Amino acid sequence: MRSNKTKLLIMLALVVVATLLYVFQDLNGSYHYALPRRLMKVLAMAITGIAIAYATVTFQTITHNRILTPSIMGIDSMYMLLQTLIIFTLGSAHIAAANSTVNFFISLVGMVGFALILYRFMFRKEGQPIFFLLLVGIIVGTLLGSLTTFLQVLIDPNEFMNVQDKMFASFNNVDVSLVWIALVIVVVTIAYGWTKMSELDVLSLGRDNARNLGVNYDGVVKTMLILSAILIATSTALVGPITFFGLIVANLAYQFFHTYKHSVLVTGAMLFSMIALIGGQWIVERVFTFSTTLSVIINFVGGIYFIYLLLRESRSS
Amino acid sequence: MISVKEISKVFGKKKVVDAVTVDIQPGKITSFIGPNGAGKSTLLSMVSRLMNADSGEVLLDASDVKTFKSNDFAQRVSILKQSNFMNVRLTIRELVAFGRFPYSKGRLTAEDEAKVDQAIEYMNLVEMQDSFLDELSGGQRQRAFIAMVIAQDTEYVLLDEPLNNLDMKHSVQIMKILRKLVDELGKTVVIVLHDINFASVYSDHIVALKDGRIVKDGPTNEIINTEALREIYDMDIPIQELDNCRICVYFNSK
Repeated sequence: MRSNKTKLLIMLALVVVATLLYVFQDLNGSYHYALPRRLMKVLAMAITGIAIAYATVTFQTITHNRILTPSIMGIDSMYMLLQTLIIFTLGSAHIAAANSTVNFFISLVGMVGFALILYRFMFRKEGQPIFFLLLVGIIVGTLLGSLTTFLQVLIDPNEFMNVQDKMFASFNNVDVSLVWIALVIVVVTIAYGWTKMSELDVLSLGRDNARNLGVNYDGVVKTMLILSAILIATSTALVGPITFFGLIVANLAYQFFHTYKHSVLVTGAMLFSMIALIGGQWIVERVFTFSTTLSVIINFVGGIYFIYLLLRESRSS
Repeated sequence: MISVKEISKVFGKKKVVDAVTVDIQPGKITSFIGPNGAGKSTLLSMVSRLMNADSGEVLLDASDVKTFKSNDFAQRVSILKQSNFMNVRLTIRELVAFGRFPYSKGRLTAEDEAKVDQAIEYMNLVEMQDSFLDELSGGQRQRAFIAMVIAQDTEYVLLDEPLNNLDMKHSVQIMKILRKLVDELGKTVVIVLHDINFASVYSDHIVALKDGRIVKDGPTNEIINTEALREIYDMDIPIQELDNCRICVYFNSK
């Protein structure tokens, strides 16, 4: 237990180092221009990282798997479809596309609604084989993706540019007003979720054992699914889809901490995601000098890791 | 006392449990026996609230079990099902400590630790308490799960086929421990059993089910005889008395 605490402290130190590097390196006294913008980006990255980490770990616990994440299950594709639909039907000048706050809330409601419908159908029965669920997730994702592509082919090329902006997660043009809204949503959701932390530990023993120990299983599962849907939707609406990010940080936390305690796992996953996002953005900006984006790197690394996990899973079962 | 009143459960078109009424005698081992698909496990699941009954009610000390708060109920009745698939890696001690969850909500007090120690000792798991569950044999794992239920320290302990997949030695070990739970700690144990001879040798009371209905309900010596068993299993089973144990010799029966 003590060693886990030490690990968490070391990671916290790394987060601080990454943040300081990112905020203060090459600042050249630009306190009025660069500093507030960099701080805002750090805040956006912290919110995204925390939301994705919490949502993914809890989602994986209640679905009893370590491979599927809300993003992989099609929430990202739903986001793309929503954005394309808005521009296709209403046009980029319409308030739903042009006003980022309105767009944010439309995306949020759309994704949470989609997630709840999806969960309702998929997780009604416990113990569905993971590969079946994965398959359903991929099919739903492909279906939504094809619809999106179909609409994008028909769309006016100038309008398509607007859609394209939304296709990749980016911290370079995060809307300041949205950061504060997202912050409130994430803090409130996680503060509520944190009170259920020890019940999540019991949930990993399976439905019957959890109920035997006095946990209202179905109630907790439902609450947690809603919380994770809200968090994932918030982060996606804020910066765009980073499909494989949750998968990486959650699995790193499992491998690194060897515990069933969610207070440790979730905190660890949060710290991992902040190190990856803030440290990664620092590399993208200062090393690659913006020649690529962070989400490209993350999806590249995450995709490889995903394949590795699938291969390992299929070998063990 | 637990009393089951007119309880029924329907899966699809089949009545798996059909208007069953039975009282669980306190301070005794009661075995549920009967052929496959008789509804034993379903009945046990409904008594322990893992499953909701379609009609009828289960009373714990004269009040409906549905009216209990989950947590209060978990301090009085515990259940262990057959399959215990888990996605996390736990040591025996960590698993047993979960038995204290209804009391401590994950923050173990000194009293909780003492109960965990006791349960581990009771199941002879002291030396291996820090081994991981997935490194254990089926018998050791089953003992770890029973230790969790013992740590839960409830008046009623319900077990769904705890001897499944265990060899003779471990089966006997577990039945002896259940006997001790009743005789020394005054618990009430309800157990679903497949092996009629374990039911005969270790239980005080037997409830026999067939096609969702109770066909026999009485003290062990009233059930373990050729006529009663014919009604339950449709087999002619000779009974042999050996060292004060009534053994059913069913291997050659028609």
